[in-house]
Amino acid sequence: MSSRDNVMRKIKAAIKVKGDDAERRGAVAERLQQAPVGIVPQRGQLPDAERLELFCAMAAQVGATTARVDDYRDVAAEVSAYLRARNLPAEVRLGADERLQDAGWDTQKHLEIRHGASDGGDLAGVSHAMAGIAETGTLALFSGPDNPTTINFLPEHHIVVLKASDIEGDLESVWALLRQHKGKGEMPRALNLVTGPSRSGDIEQTIILGAHGPRALHVIVVA
Amino acid sequence: MELAAKHFKTAAAKALVDAQLQKALGNVEKGFIGKRQMAADALPEFEALRDNARDIKNHTLAHLDLYLEEYERKVTAAGGHVHWAETAEDARRIVLDICKKAGARTVTKGKSMITEEIALNDHLAANGIEPVETDLGEYIIQLRGEHPSHIIAPAVHLNKEQVEGDFRRVHTHLPEGRDLSEPVTLLSEAREVLRKRYFAADVGITGANFLIAETGSSVIVTNEGNGDLTQTLGKVHVVVASIEKMVPTLEDTAQILRVLARSATGQDMSVYTTFSTGPKRPEDPDGPDEYHVVLLDNGRSSMLGTEYQDMLRCIRCGACMNHCPVYHAVGGHAYGSVYPGPMGAVLTPSLNGIEETGQLPNASTFCGRCEAVCPMRIPLPKMMRHWREREFERNLTPATARYGIRAWAFVAKRPKLYRMAVSLGMPILSKLGGSSRRLKSLPFAGGWTRHRDLPAPEGKTFLQAWAEQQAGKQGAAR
Repeated sequence: MSSRDNVMRKIKAAIKVKGDDAERRGAVAERLQQAPVGIVPQRGQLPDAERLELFCAMAAQVGATTARVDDYRDVAAEVSAYLRARNLPAEVRLGADERLQDAGWDTQKHLEIRHGASDGGDLAGVSHAMAGIAETGTLALFSGPDNPTTINFLPEHHIVVLKASDIEGDLESVWALLRQHKGKGEMPRALNLVTGPSRSGDIEQTIILGAHGPRALHVIVVA
Repeated sequence: MELAAKHFKTAAAKALVDAQLQKALGNVEKGFIGKRQMAADALPEFEALRDNARDIKNHTLAHLDLYLEEYERKVTAAGGHVHWAETAEDARRIVLDICKKAGARTVTKGKSMITEEIALNDHLAANGIEPVETDLGEYIIQLRGEHPSHIIAPAVHLNKEQVEGDFRRVHTHLPEGRDLSEPVTLLSEAREVLRKRYFAADVGITGANFLIAETGSSVIVTNEGNGDLTQTLGKVHVVVASIEKMVPTLEDTAQILRVLARSATGQDMSVYTTFSTGPKRPEDPDGPDEYHVVLLDNGRSSMLGTEYQDMLRCIRCGACMNHCPVYHAVGGHAYGSVYPGPMGAVLTPSLNGIEETGQLPNASTFCGRCEAVCPMRIPLPKMMRHWREREFERNLTPATARYGIRAWAFVAKRPKLYRMAVSLGMPILSKLGGSSRRLKSLPFAGGWTRHRDLPAPEGKTFLQAWAEQQAGKQGAAR
């Protein structure tokens, strides 16, 4: 017998599985199909404007910074301003996300744009989030050519563009969006939920930002 | 690591006089308890979420075989491979085979207790493959040749001066005069050193906080980002996870996530919660070429259907040890087992047998704080008591304790004799207690007082005090 059979046999014996097991199978099929929503905290259940405020406040609480622009065309100027304010070189890495292509880069002639996955040599990377979660100030990012996962983790500064209308109250609403994008039960290779810049408390419980991932996280909310 | 749980008492005695360790342990209470309380207080639904998290896991465990089947189907459909391991040895062999097939010389590792449980690092190293721990705490203890003393803060037993010493000893390529006096400079140095290792590694190994049946995803919850670099930059990603990590759906995961980080570090969400599903896809510019999951049983299926089943709800947040007075006093290494603290005192006998581990369920004051803070509402003290009963039944308890319990039972079942004995003994013990009100040793109870003081009784028995109080009340009423 294979290891799989042995483990399964032990589990079934312990659970005392009997007969055709139709009842248990039915319960499992139903749960997987319906994916019942549990308790969703009130915190994020707010009208649009207040939900945006909550997102920004929660993001600030975890050490992220936020900026708001009125149009995608203004994103590049905000990126430039961010880099300048921190004395960073005028270079960014970004993926193929369509919404990022027409973000006003032509207005920032000095800014060097590198495309594709990060090779570890980038100081700043720009991604587009799939959604934001107001309850916790969290960003949801999909892997793929549009927003390579390496951009989320390798650059020292991670700049994330987020459409205000993609800010949801809670994680459960993001699951609903995800199913619209990918279909029920389907996932991108990686889904990253990012809440603030990387940190560690491993030495004497002192929290320090910038462990192995980005030292800083900047969210540009497009109205 | 080698199981040394039977040396708990000696190890604890040493830990109590280790000044360096005692200083570091102060950070546990300081760093965890208040933060958890604040995060819990800030979420009105927290207690209801704990109930729901408990119910989700109970449902999952009652249908574990079916969810595992569905999970396996989804992983395979996404292009991943599922390997089943009955024992730690099976899991080590499977991981080594994957590494060998990938021609691996070094592997990076995200923080994972399960790979500690199966002693994976030693096995890889013995077979010529270098394992590199990338979590800051894990990296530090790997340099020291130690094991984690806490399941989420592996180096919590150390002070920064010790870490500085280790970095100077190992990072000899860096300038001697560099400043390493603060945690921030130590972290920067580790970041620098480890960056190169991610790119050089052939295989990245992580654990999993959850396995989701609905989607075939494995989930890791981290703060540093090392787990993500480990699993994104290696050519092969190997997930090692035990079978009880299963949850049915994304919605169920969201429920448990809300209690996990709050209970662990007092964060609403950890920085990175990553859902991985299969290997790199044709259009992907990054990600691993292969994705493997090693599903480990190693004794879990034998806990199902027993009085220890509730332990399989554990999500490894560490709240029980963060709130345990015994853990605070002696730290994690004294337990001599992979999993320390209250959750370890229940889990270790299940995995390794009570014969070698009987001291662990006895290393508790039964104060109940572990159960009070457990996000999954695991009745830890009750389960430790079950283990003490098993130990007693099998005659594993020390002879003096067994006779002592018998003698006490004889007296306790005879109320007149009991009252006479305590009313004679109480004033004597009270007098012996002196001004400190503590007894450092007692005849016939040396085994007990060797490890703690006995608080001296007040001088009256409960029944005497009660009678006086009642008489006083009647006097006042009159």
